[in-house]
Formats: sequence, structure tokens, C-alpha cells
Amino acid sequence: MYTYTEFDRAFLAERNAQFRAQVERRIDGSLTEDEFRPLRLMNGLYLQLHAYMLRVAIPYGTLNPDQMRKLAEVADRWDRGYGHFTTRQNLQYNWPRLRDVPDMLDALAEVGLHAIQSSGNTIRNVTTDHFAGAAADEIADPRPWAELIRQWSTDHPEFQFLGRKFKIAVTGSAHDRAVTRFNDLGLRLVRRGEEIGFEVTIGGGLGRTPMIGKVLRDFLPQADLLPWLEAVLTTFNLAGRRDNKYKARIKILVHEQGLDTLRKQIERHFALIRPAWRGADQTHLARIAADFAPPRFRSAPLDGFHRARDTDPAFRSWTDTNLTRHRHPEHAIVTISLKPHGGTPGDATSGQMRVMADLAERYSHGELRISHQQNVILPHVHRSDLPAIHAVLKRHGLATANAGLISDIIACPGMDYCALATARSIPVAQQIAARFHELGLEHEIGPLQIKISGCINACGHHHVGHIGILGLERAGVETYQVTLGGDSSEEATIGERTGPGFSAEEIVPAIERLIMAWLDLRRNSGETFLQTYRRLGAAPFKAALHSRPQEVRPPAHAA
Amino acid sequence: MQRPFTPKVVTASDLLIGDVIYLAADDSWVRELSRAEVITDEAHAQLRLLHAEGQQDRVVGPYLAEVAIGENGPEPVHFREEFRRCGPSNLRHGKREHAERPAERSCA
Repeated sequence: MYTYTEFDRAFLAERNAQFRAQVERRIDGSLTEDEFRPLRLMNGLYLQLHAYMLRVAIPYGTLNPDQMRKLAEVADRWDRGYGHFTTRQNLQYNWPRLRDVPDMLDALAEVGLHAIQSSGNTIRNVTTDHFAGAAADEIADPRPWAELIRQWSTDHPEFQFLGRKFKIAVTGSAHDRAVTRFNDLGLRLVRRGEEIGFEVTIGGGLGRTPMIGKVLRDFLPQADLLPWLEAVLTTFNLAGRRDNKYKARIKILVHEQGLDTLRKQIERHFALIRPAWRGADQTHLARIAADFAPPRFRSAPLDGFHRARDTDPAFRSWTDTNLTRHRHPEHAIVTISLKPHGGTPGDATSGQMRVMADLAERYSHGELRISHQQNVILPHVHRSDLPAIHAVLKRHGLATANAGLISDIIACPGMDYCALATARSIPVAQQIAARFHELGLEHEIGPLQIKISGCINACGHHHVGHIGILGLERAGVETYQVTLGGDSSEEATIGERTGPGFSAEEIVPAIERLIMAWLDLRRNSGETFLQTYRRLGAAPFKAALHSRPQEVRPPAHAA
Repeated sequence: MQRPFTPKVVTASDLLIGDVIYLAADDSWVRELSRAEVITDEAHAQLRLLHAEGQQDRVVGPYLAEVAIGENGPEPVHFREEFRRCGPSNLRHGKREHAERPAERSCA
């Protein structure tokens, strides 16, 4: 993992001192709210529905145990003893007080964490594959480049007042777990002969105008990465619209100008600035890469693991769903679900954070990851340690065996917290998860992604859910629109709207009708929801959703 | 034809804590909607809003929120204001911690 230098520490201290002074000036009345708002947003501080909210960046989703413990300490000392992990691999505190925020930031800085550019019209926290450095299907660990981008973009003087926010995601695998095609800029490591470079996509995004990123460069040499990014951002900064907030993202620029026109502008600027990049960035990258050297994976007998699988059904079920293949055959990537049935997706108490930190220290080479699915990952676990890990997780309410299943729901905070929301998300997620747990169908249903957003801004990624749910207000009540067939992977697909929305009371039964109908439609137990949808199209699914409850025949599979 | 003026309260966020507050008739800021001044006259509403907007060192983002007059005084008309009045529905934090107070009993 990247370790802070003296320069990094000094920069962070200075930045936090600057923000402390800004907070003081706001409190003593020297700054109006209009003057203060852009300053607080640049430091991750929102004012939400019930309180301030501090969004802490977890760069590319990577944490060490001390950082996780510090997140717990900050939650206990200045918040309500918990944190909310988000769909952009950040952590949000929902109850900070304005006067405390500078102290919170100083505490976070002690372990190299910050909230810089986790909001505002700047380059946001760079996200990546939460299995980076561990996945069996990876070309290379993308995190050194993500860290390079973090350093380049942090406080970059040219890009502090962009027309709109700018999100970058990087992945090192062909299988896209980082939703790169729905970021303003997506980087995918690719190999050409012996050389590794990037496929660059641009103009992806969700929100009110969902668009799939288009390929801007099919192979960008590594050494050109930063000058190329700088050319893209400069072009966006100059050419992007500023007349209308809703048309200010780069996806609109791509859409209106066309990819070829935009590419020419970027290339022109790139040619201008490239000679000034003389390799210091590459020297620095080499130093960063050394920090991300893979751990030394050990070899040990696996008898205990197999014995536990044979004798403990709960352990077996958990290992069936919550493990992913590791690059080292005796190891596994563990997903710790933050989706207990009926719980709030993505929430972890300070006690749970400390447990996960201890487990990472003891069993995962001191590494934790936050996934955009709002779960926590132990990336490097020897399989012989899994029974011990599972036992600890079980004691702390962290052993839910549902990674990738119907109750592993992404949900934004919605109108329970967010000032922008038009409806609640959390209760819908809680009720769906509880209902399918009660029906006992979760494992039979298999891989299925439900994603819920409480407004059109789509923080809950509803457009790319296999089942997407969007909460809106219609005639003074919460209404939920359903989309189907979305996919955030390399097969990037925007879900199709199914028709009129459902009330808060109707939405969970509607999802149940949909699933019951699909269980009857699928070819066999191996066919996933998405596969059936692609095979049959939307019609039978829409019919099930919008049929009256009594018209639905109870499927033979129902418990 | 001009629509009749519907009752309003002045509401905002507290600068230091960030929680939901309402302007009371005695010019204090209160945390319970039941104690807010109910404004039934449009001109008076604008004056009270101006009064709130002048308190930059105390409140953030004041606005007029529509209310209906119920048994316990003013009650939200829009569900967003109901969530602001009651706090989040998933945890007993914020206003929900104090939901046992008589006027806030209707918060489920």
C-alpha cells in the first residue's frame, strides 16, 4: 500500500489548517453560506437533510487496518458510532457537527486519510476494482496508476473549478468490476504484445442522462497517461457547458460534439503539452509501484478448510457465496457482506470496523478493500484461515452469506439522509432483503443485482442493476420505477424502463411477482435472471410486474 | 384567480449542528415543528423569511414549508418535510431519538 511521504503529510496538514480557518470564518460570520459552500464541498462536507455529512475518500477503495481503526475512532468520538460505505468506495459520517469537522480531518490525516475532492466540481476519488492485486483474471494491479492519478489530481490548480464533477475509474481486468464504462473516464489495462497500456473510454455516466462510455483510445501507452488525462481535462474545462448544470458533464460534450471532434481537440492539446512531461511522473510511478508489491503468499495444508466445509453448513454456504478466486490457488478473496437481511446496506458499526481491521491484520496481509457494492473485502486470505475468520464474523453480525445474491443490494442513502433525494431507498432495500430471506429462495435465485436510487442522480446505480429501482415523487407520494436488464460489467447495458411506477407499499410485492415469474421462465436452475431476460426480452417480465397479484400463479419453486 | 395562501412555517438547518429547525413566534429557533410559528398571511410570511435570511451566522438555507393544522398544531404536507420533522426511518438517530415527545409521537 502507498505510504505517505513528508511532502504528503505536510500538504495534508496545510490543507486541513486552511479548512479549519474557513470553518472558523463561517462560524464567526465572515463567510456567507454561498461563499463557504464550495469550500466545504471541496473538503467533502455536505449539509444534508438532518445534519452535516462528511464524505471521507478511501482512495481506490484500499485501507490498512490502522486506517479502518481510525475510521472507527472518528465514528465513536465525533459521530454516532458507525459509518456508511458508499457506491464510490468512500465512507460517509451522517452526524458530524460543523465545529468538530476540522478535528475529524486532523485525526484522519494521522493515518493518511482525507476528504479532499470527495465532492465539488473537481476530479473525484479515483475508484478501481475492489479485487485489485488479488484477482486471478488481472493483467496487472491498477492501483499504482490510481494512486498516481490521485496525487496528480489532488489540488491540481487547473481543475479545482470544473464545469462539473469528473469521475475516473481504473481496472486491471477484462472483467470489469469497477463500472468503468459508466464513469466520465474509464481506464482498462490492456496488453499489446509485451507492452501494457490503457483502453480509454470517455463520456460514460448514470444520472438523469445515462450513457455508456465510448472508446477514445484503444491503446494509450502508460507513459502518456498523465499528459493525456491533462489534455482531456483541459479540453473539458474549456469546451464543457457551464450554462446548465444538468448538461455540464463530459458525457454531454461527447454527445453534442461527437467523439471524433472531441478527440481531435484532446490530441491537439496533448501534442502541445506532451514535451513538457519528461519522465518525472514515471520515476514517481516506480516508487509508488514498489509500495504495491504483492505480498508473499504462503503455502499450508487445507485439511481444516475442507473439514469445516463438510461439517458446517453455514460455513459451506458462506464459502459458496462470499469467496472469489485468488491469483494464488491456496488463497481466496473474502467478501464481508454489509448487507444483513433487513439491515441498512453499507453500514458498519465502529465495533465491526475494528473486527474487520483485526482480521485484515491477522489474515489478509494488512489489507482491506471497500467495494462499490458497499461491502468490505479481505483480499488475500489463505483458505486454511477461513474457518477462524468465519467464526469471528459470525459473532459480530458480519457472516451473511449473500454476496452477489438478491439481498446484496446497492442502495443510496435516499431521503432518509440525502437532501437531493426524491424518495427513500433504504427501507425498500431492507424489505426486499428481508422478504426473500423469509421466502428462503435467495440461493435458488442465484446471482442477481438489485440497485436502488432515491433520485435521478443515480448514486445507487439503478440504471445498471439487473433490476433497477428508482425512487421518485409523483403527486406528492413516493413512487418507484423499475428498470430491467442493466449491467455494470464489461457488457455495459442500461436497463430498460418497464412502465408506470409502484407506490412504497406496492414495490416489494411487485419485485416478488417478477422473481416468481422468472423462476418459471428460466430454462434451468443454472440460468441467471439476466440470461433469461436477454433470451426472452422484456415482455414477460413487464407482464409479471404489472399483473395484479391474483393473476400470478404461485411457482412450483416457492417455499 | 389567485390561489388562497396555505399555512407555512419558516424552516432551516442549524449552522453548527446541521439539524432541522423552525422559527417560533418569539423569534427563537426551535427543533420541534409543533412549536413553530404558523404563518397564515403571505406578506407576514415574506417578512419572517427575510428575518430568517438575515441570520447567516445562525441558520442555513431558510425557506417556507407548507403545513396543515392538525391536532398537535402544524403538520407537514409533503413527505419530505415529514422526514425532516421525524428523522431517518432506519435508525433512532437525530430527531427520532426524541420522538417520544408528545408532539412528535406521530413519527412512526
